[in-house]
Amino acid sequence: MLNRQGRPTTPGETVASAPDTFSGNRALAIEEGLIFEIGRVDTTGVDIEEPPSFAARLGKLARRAPLGLPGLSEPETMRHYVRLSQKNYGIDTGLFPLGSCTMKHNPRLNEGMARLPGFGDIHPLQPLSTVPGAVALIAELARWLRELTGMAVVAMTPKAGAHGELCGMMAIKAALAARREHRSVVLVPESAHGTNPATAALLGYRVVSVPARADGTVDAEEIRKRLSSDVAAIMLTNPNTCGLFERDVVAIAEAVHAAGAYFYADGANFNAIVGKVRPGDLGVDAMHINLHKTFSTPHGGGGPGAGPVALSAALAPFLPLPYTIVDAHSIGYVEHAGRPAQPVADRSMASSLSAAQADRSGDAGSAGGVAPPAAPQAADRADAGAKPLGRMCAFHGQMGMYVRALAYMLSHGSDGMRQASEDAVLNANYVRNSLADLMSAPFGDQLCMHEALFDDHWLEGTGITTLDFAKAMIDEGYHPMTIYFPLVVHGAMLIEPTESESKESLDRFIASLRKLAAAARGGEVARFREAPRYAPRRRLDETKAAREPRLRWTAAQERQQAAE
Amino acid sequence: MRYLPLTDADRKAMLGKIGVTNTDALFATVPKDKLLGGLLDLPKGKSELAVERSMGRLAAQNTPAGSVPFFVGAGAYKHHLPASVDHLIQRSEFLTSYTPYQPEIAQGTLQYLFEFQSQVGQLTHMEVANASMYDGSTAAAEAVLMAHRLSKRRRAVLAGNLHPHYRETIATVSSMSGDEILAAPPAPAGSEELAHLIDNTVSCVVVQTPDFYGHLHDLNALAERAHAVGALLIAVFTEVVSLGAIEPPGAMGADIVVGEGQSIGNALSFGGPYVGLFATRQKYLRQMPGRLCGETVDKEGRRGFVLTLSTREQHIRREKATSNICTNSGLCVLAFTIHMSLLGEAGLRRLALLNHANAVALAELLVKVPGVELLNETFFNEFTIRVPGKAADVIERLAAKGVLGGVPVSRLEPDRAELADLIVVAATEVNTEEDRVAYAKALREVLEC
Repeated sequence: MLNRQGRPTTPGETVASAPDTFSGNRALAIEEGLIFEIGRVDTTGVDIEEPPSFAARLGKLARRAPLGLPGLSEPETMRHYVRLSQKNYGIDTGLFPLGSCTMKHNPRLNEGMARLPGFGDIHPLQPLSTVPGAVALIAELARWLRELTGMAVVAMTPKAGAHGELCGMMAIKAALAARREHRSVVLVPESAHGTNPATAALLGYRVVSVPARADGTVDAEEIRKRLSSDVAAIMLTNPNTCGLFERDVVAIAEAVHAAGAYFYADGANFNAIVGKVRPGDLGVDAMHINLHKTFSTPHGGGGPGAGPVALSAALAPFLPLPYTIVDAHSIGYVEHAGRPAQPVADRSMASSLSAAQADRSGDAGSAGGVAPPAAPQAADRADAGAKPLGRMCAFHGQMGMYVRALAYMLSHGSDGMRQASEDAVLNANYVRNSLADLMSAPFGDQLCMHEALFDDHWLEGTGITTLDFAKAMIDEGYHPMTIYFPLVVHGAMLIEPTESESKESLDRFIASLRKLAAAARGGEVARFREAPRYAPRRRLDETKAAREPRLRWTAAQERQQAAE
Repeated sequence: MRYLPLTDADRKAMLGKIGVTNTDALFATVPKDKLLGGLLDLPKGKSELAVERSMGRLAAQNTPAGSVPFFVGAGAYKHHLPASVDHLIQRSEFLTSYTPYQPEIAQGTLQYLFEFQSQVGQLTHMEVANASMYDGSTAAAEAVLMAHRLSKRRRAVLAGNLHPHYRETIATVSSMSGDEILAAPPAPAGSEELAHLIDNTVSCVVVQTPDFYGHLHDLNALAERAHAVGALLIAVFTEVVSLGAIEPPGAMGADIVVGEGQSIGNALSFGGPYVGLFATRQKYLRQMPGRLCGETVDKEGRRGFVLTLSTREQHIRREKATSNICTNSGLCVLAFTIHMSLLGEAGLRRLALLNHANAVALAELLVKVPGVELLNETFFNEFTIRVPGKAADVIERLAAKGVLGGVPVSRLEPDRAELADLIVVAATEVNTEEDRVAYAKALREVLEC
């Protein structure tokens, strides 16, 4: 797996540094030092009162080690981080078709809701009697996720997708243990995210790879061949990382269940099918949901995420702590195994969220926007046979992300979410269709789900790599697509435009890519190998970074630099 | 729908270009009997105003920390956040970017990750820090797994005064990965004897300072004991502000230091999202979990930053990775780094001193309440008191009087009757003299009746 595809990791020959300004700045592109270079240890941007003299209680443990932390005044801080921000590309900057990451619009309403003092300024361990609205919100989000996945319960606390995978696979392991079975193998298709095999291995499972067939999907027959009484689970991404719906999924689920194993689904690509098809109806036993992908919580430069896991009835008893229990009248909270739920809120508190008066479509007079009073969720009351697998983390999970995701869901509603998935799939197919004559698709000219996959076959003989092509996109003002993933496709380019792009935006993107593709085919090698030329940095030397790791500022380094 | 730019005319034209007659054709590979015919049993979409109304009503059911005298800690702390922090982290270029896979257009993210790693190294007095974990508890669990890999042993000793949620988080992973943990019983009075649990079958000792009950610990002897049998010392903290006042674990022999960074830059938010700090010795670098940002140069020789040493990570190494972590706590890291840059050494030291002073002042007031006993000799901004009767009832009755007075230990340790009369009490810079007086008065009233 180690870069077998020859992805370049050094930028090539060094071009003489020739800043055309004295400062090194280029108008709005301003060079900015580290806080360790521009700050001072005696400067602070926070005025803090001096405490009156008092007798300290630190024993002999007052800090003697140097701190050496630079400080900045507030205006310096603003300038420093604003300048850094200007070196970043975000969704709000432009089209960000990073496949498998679902870079959709991040509504600012959600940011506002998460910052309401009643959500943002509550402590995880203040008495439950003072936070009924928080527990009600968790219960309500769980209900929406259950409904959207068609599964029995939702483990809310996992902190990101990979953490959700861990939780789901733990539930499977716990279920097998409860059956007094010790199975040692997990089946993972070759195209899976790296987190899947890493998670399975973390739990002590041996990973057995499953190849895809010619059309990019997994053949149920290949699964049957590998199933045995030693197989604990399959981890399947659906739609898969090639952007295709696994058409054998029902047969795969049946075969897996017939062998006494469980079906883990990676929900990274859930955005293609929300409101269209429910994983629970396909036979899935556990699936994590990346709230930062499908439900628009901000990607934030790499988190925080949130990875609730929907579990089937078979796995429901192993729900990790803590969790909510909803009955006809009240919402309870379970924080410890073997202890009764603590009643926290009236059930109506949660349902009031979904039944608020004004409907977006304006037909508030009808019952259109009002959820019928849902029957008590029998599956919620898993407690009789509950064998919780323990705690995934401290406290209650990613509350700030729950608020944002629920604000997204309430805004879209069942109709809007379905439309969003349809638009995401439509946009991806539009891009795929518009580029198919110039770029090569590894699995032929077939419809895709929410992302379009190309390989580098079409670049053969041009001297241009997938990486070069991606870097040239940067110069054209686009964030590149996901490249070199999935690993099974040579020089992969995975384009996920999401539903957030207008047709005009897609048309401009397509036009740019077509011109680039024509230039590549036309032999304009320098345009690609030299790219990016207009970004805050040219290509960076990854080999040097790895061979001579310099992972932090140190005073010694600074002295050395000064001496040079 | 306000977030969806396509019009019906667009959709029709695009379907035509693709060569299909309707949207259903795009879902042709989904088994027909599994496609949902209509809408799910969920309401239709709402306007921004309607969502604000309903969520606002729900939020109003909760009691915000800032609205009452507030002394709840035990792993998450109410601190003042400078307005500039929240403003900066909402810059679109930070908020709506992702993991810096294309470093040329992600230098903003990469530089703050480098600054963060440097700050964490300085704070903990360790050589290398990663670009964050989910939170303190999951960072602790990852540290134990790393110690298992390094020592090739699979038994961890946990101090009794480790935060119970951290203990349980480690226990969950251990029970599932087939590893063993030896958890010492809680020692709320602060003095723990762990040496007898440590032998040459043990991979690591996990110890927290300030501990769950607030006591401070000199780790030197424990580190020596661990090292003598080839085990690692993992030091945990839940209150990062403490490092502005007390000796850091890296100066006391710790091999891995993990902790919760929420206090700097991040709101309470009912427990998440937070930011896990993870630091270790240079020699253990290759077994570290999580992302690392490193310095390098670009094609023109200019300094720049990239994610590096990713051959440890899942997207390259798959089942041989050091961890399955992918997305971490990017924006919480940014908030931490900005707030720490605002504070600087001078600000952090003063903030820590003020926290300590307020806690000392509070402890002095509370011990004057008849029946209240302080368990701590040493503490930073949090300590444990013993009250007559059930602590959980006392806390509820204080809440009814409008004072959130701490965490009854029974909330986290319900099976240990001997801890049922203990309250962990935290004080920070947000508490005023009036708050402290109000707490002491309310506590006196609650205990008298």
